[in-house]
Amino acid sequence: MVFLEFEQPLESLYEQLEQIKQIEAQGDVDVSATIRDLESKIVQTKKEIYSNLSGWQKVQLSRHPERPYTLFYIQKMFTNFVELHGDRFVNDDKAIIGGLAQFDGRTVMLIGHQKGINTKMRQYRNFGMANPEGYRKALRLMKLAEKFDIPVITLIDTPGAYPGLEAEERGQAEAIARNLLEMAQLKVPILCYVIGEGASGGAIGIGLGDKVFMLENTWYSVISPESCSSILWRSWDFKETAAEALKLTADHMAEFGLIDGIVKEPLGGAHNDPDAMAVTLTKHMKAELKALKKMSSEERINHRVEKYSAMGRFQVKSAIAE
Amino acid sequence: MEEESKSWYQRLRHGIQTATKSKKETPDGLWHKCEHCNETSTVKELKENFFKCPKCQFHERIGSAEYFEMLFDQGYLRLYDDLLSYDFLEFTDLKAYKSRLESAVQKTGLDDAMAVASGTIDEQPLVIAAMDFRFIGGSMGSVVGEKIARSIDFCLKHKTPLMIISRSGGARMMESAFSLMQMAKTSVKLAQLAEAKIPYISLMTDPTTGGVTASFAMLGDFNLAEPGALIGFAGPRVIRETIKKDLPEGFQTAEFLLDHGFLDFIVDRSELRSQLSTLLMLLENRAKPRKQATAKETES
Ligand SMILES: [Zn+2]
Repeated sequence: MVFLEFEQPLESLYEQLEQIKQIEAQGDVDVSATIRDLESKIVQTKKEIYSNLSGWQKVQLSRHPERPYTLFYIQKMFTNFVELHGDRFVNDDKAIIGGLAQFDGRTVMLIGHQKGINTKMRQYRNFGMANPEGYRKALRLMKLAEKFDIPVITLIDTPGAYPGLEAEERGQAEAIARNLLEMAQLKVPILCYVIGEGASGGAIGIGLGDKVFMLENTWYSVISPESCSSILWRSWDFKETAAEALKLTADHMAEFGLIDGIVKEPLGGAHNDPDAMAVTLTKHMKAELKALKKMSSEERINHRVEKYSAMGRFQVKSAIAE
Repeated sequence: MEEESKSWYQRLRHGIQTATKSKKETPDGLWHKCEHCNETSTVKELKENFFKCPKCQFHERIGSAEYFEMLFDQGYLRLYDDLLSYDFLEFTDLKAYKSRLESAVQKTGLDDAMAVASGTIDEQPLVIAAMDFRFIGGSMGSVVGEKIARSIDFCLKHKTPLMIISRSGGARMMESAFSLMQMAKTSVKLAQLAEAKIPYISLMTDPTTGGVTASFAMLGDFNLAEPGALIGFAGPRVIRETIKKDLPEGFQTAEFLLDHGFLDFIVDRSELRSQLSTLLMLLENRAKPRKQATAKETES
């Protein structure tokens, strides 16, 4: 188990529990009461810690090394996944995966960022930071889905689009922009979930949809708290302050009307009980897909236009003067 | 935007400094020193040369008003000047967004980082939405997004082509996810314009980076740029820090983008008006006007 700074009280409780369990294994003393005590203490402590997380703490949870990624959900929630590779022009981006799969008895097109599960895989997946080819593969698959009238589900989890030399040469900005334009008018349902990090253009590049949801302990922002700190505070030391100022957590995003809702995570975060997380997400997706399928493509597109057109806060001069 | 905004702040400061500097050094009739070739010319010469250095043709950063004056026939209608940004998140870094806005308004006399006008070029209607870098680094917040959205509604209603002149460091961090969502908002509206088959011309000027490049700037039916303009997604400094190597010369310039297939053409500012006129004429599929379109005087 990996414990974050703010989870330290839990770490010692778990250590104690471990020791008591060893004593129990020796079979000399009855320690069941102590175990029960410790276990309820753990639940109590978890509730205290997780009911009051700061923005920065949620950012840390969203990056927890044991947090489930796209491939986990594909394995748990979908059947007959057939991965489809490549953008047909340059290469196959490993930071975004996609393919057809079965969900709730019907075929869906799945697209998601994938971070690696260990050091080697993290490099292989470029830490979930896609190049233009990732966004172009995603678009190719979305157009394929449109052709065969298959709904699109995207899972967002990226620290950002890759800021590399080749990425610029091959048009990172164009790739993201093109996706936004095409997703705006895609005839099939698009259902998006932020399952970890939702950093900036790299996230929204597969994140424009009929409905967008965030898991409870994720973040979505125009910039990471670290980069924001370095630019606006001119120091890397203000990431906690920046995380608060950016109001990047799911509850803020829902309150602003910039997302359509929050999916609750198991106590302590998705990584504490990935299977339970998958069950919750499955239930949520089923209901949302069902509702989206009831609408005509025209209705969905109109709704998309209206929803995104309404995003933004400003004042009108004449109204102020009155 | 995460990637570009590191350099956004530098450019912002640079932008403000140059603006103040050139104001002091170059009141009308005085001298202008080119930051590119260090040669001096008179401000009158500079203006007559479309705000390009008369010696080296370096394109000075100009604002929305200069483009409107330079491009439109006599008389045009300004739109949506009544939209104002405000600090709805109560965002405070080293400075409160509220006071950042106040000082930007005070320093620039502008309402926000974009202005819109409807007019004609050689009697051909066009709506131009142009960004002002002097206003918080030309950053895209809710007002920029709303002005673009309303411009597109105007274009849809009047079947008028749209041009957006980008000059921006990217998204406005002080509006957090609201600024990010302007990427989606402007793209959704541009998709409507595309469905209606109304032409959209994007002109990228120095600099065009971040969320602006990754949304409306790159989505033109025609992607144009001014010579030498910095155009990219991530800022050069961020890329350098990521790849830990020096960047090749000319990286992320307009010429670089043309070479890599992302621009239709680069246009010298002195040719911009006539090129637009020709393009609009071709799109209208009319006979070429008898009188060759000539660049209009820029003095107002
Ligand atoms: Zn010069």
